[in-house]
Amino acid sequence: MSLDHSHPSANVLAFRDLTLGYDRHPAVHHLDGDVPAGELLAVCGPNGAGKSTLLKGIVGALKPLAGSIALSDAAGRPLPAREIAYLPQAAELDRTFPIEVYDLVAMGLWRRAGLFGGIGRADRARIEEAIAAVGLSGFEDRPIGTLSGGQMQRALFARLLLQDAQIILLDEPFTALDAGTVADLVALVERWNGEGRTVMAVLHDMELVRRHFPRTLLLARSVVDWGRTPEVLTEANLARARHMCEAWDEAADICLPERAA
Amino acid sequence: MNPYDLLIGPFAEFDFMRRALVGVLALAAGAGPVGVLLMLRRMSLTGDAMAHAILPGAAVGFLAAGLNLFAMTIGGLVAGFAVALGAGAVARATQMKEDAALAAFYLVSLALGVLLVSLRGSNVDLLHVLFGTVLALDDATLLLIVGIASLTLVVLALVWRPLVLECVDPGFLRSVSRAGAPSHLVFLALVVLNLVGGFHALGTLLAVGLMMLPAATARFWVRDLTAMIIAASLIAAASGVVGLLVSYHSGAPSGPAIILVAGLAYALSVLVGPVGGLLPRFMPRRHLEA
Repeated sequence: MSLDHSHPSANVLAFRDLTLGYDRHPAVHHLDGDVPAGELLAVCGPNGAGKSTLLKGIVGALKPLAGSIALSDAAGRPLPAREIAYLPQAAELDRTFPIEVYDLVAMGLWRRAGLFGGIGRADRARIEEAIAAVGLSGFEDRPIGTLSGGQMQRALFARLLLQDAQIILLDEPFTALDAGTVADLVALVERWNGEGRTVMAVLHDMELVRRHFPRTLLLARSVVDWGRTPEVLTEANLARARHMCEAWDEAADICLPERAA
Repeated sequence: MNPYDLLIGPFAEFDFMRRALVGVLALAAGAGPVGVLLMLRRMSLTGDAMAHAILPGAAVGFLAAGLNLFAMTIGGLVAGFAVALGAGAVARATQMKEDAALAAFYLVSLALGVLLVSLRGSNVDLLHVLFGTVLALDDATLLLIVGIASLTLVVLALVWRPLVLECVDPGFLRSVSRAGAPSHLVFLALVVLNLVGGFHALGTLLAVGLMMLPAATARFWVRDLTAMIIAASLIAAASGVVGLLVSYHSGAPSGPAIILVAGLAYALSVLVGPVGGLLPRFMPRRHLEA
């Protein structure tokens, strides 16, 4: 893969005073920080901490209530949105739809093939390769409705593989999967990272984060801590995160700049 | 009665039967894929709502210009497009789900139509709008139906990928492309076009039957999308032919006969269809080794 390594320290994501939320209620509050190119970042925090909201904000599915998210490639040029591959939490996938695994995975080539582009012989080889890489060889002609949860997630990872994006966002990608599947998929994530891609993954399994993710953003609406994983995932920080996630306040006051400062 | 008189004779002897045959075959070609996509997009009842939305437009065209193909087609198209695009736009731009938006729009359209019709009083010829005249298709109407079927197939080929992907994984389509909303609106336009084509032959209310019944029937026989569409078109065509013959031999009105034949095929499929039908469900065969 030909990703530019000439500016290894450039930031692919820059959050500036970012507030994301629903109906004016913030779910991510005044987030500041940068994600350097090639980072393998875990996003942790209790339920309702705004982790998924943050990813939705990055892909542009949610407009910021305030502040901004800047995307740029490793050389500092603005990054087109299609350079982000996003795997949502429970992919809103219609599993009863009569489509085969092969076609589902092939959709990862959308960026190249678009609406009308043909799928050539080289593409077919890549699709087969991606299916083999996630260990689904032999399942090409199976309707997606017959896949188990783990097999489905493998198929979605094969699609991500074909998307060939510079930033990969995973929202709880390993939830409800067995150890073998998780190990295989984590290996893929590390492979992407080795290719210079930036990976941000929302995760709840702290052991997994400690083993495989060098850096962690601990979120509880606001940033609790953001840095090297061993220093972030301390008991004190985690306890603080649990306390900071207070409930939705219907009559919350308007957040004024001076009060937030 | 020998097989020739039963199956071939009516079409060989009568010009109006041949025209009807061409009409239903063309309708089947367009309605098959549109119906399957409607069903897979969980919009099976959308076709029915759209049929109601077209009725007042066609009636207004009829009141303005009498039994005029052009006026009634334009009226139906305008009413149908307004409702389809309006509901689609509201669903995309606000939090409202498409089915609720469509219900709001088509009910208003229907009420408006009834109001306009009542201003001129009822007319027996209006039955033409409601129940069609598949046995009296003239050249212009046939051309319209065949043209709509051809256009449907070409346009579907163009928006196929986003349409299918939006059914399977709308979130993914949104993340890679902006084609979702436009292709959805194009598809709704095709639904309207096919219903307008169908209402000349079968009437506004029955036109939707040739769209949805074969699609629902095909779902019981095949698992693959491509096969499903081909099956739906074939079932629609067969229903059309058999329905015409039943109508010819029994003297029953042709539109309802065609839809009832399609309904019969559906009922049989519910019972014995190999993909999730009742029989395979209640009398499962022994399980496999792996």
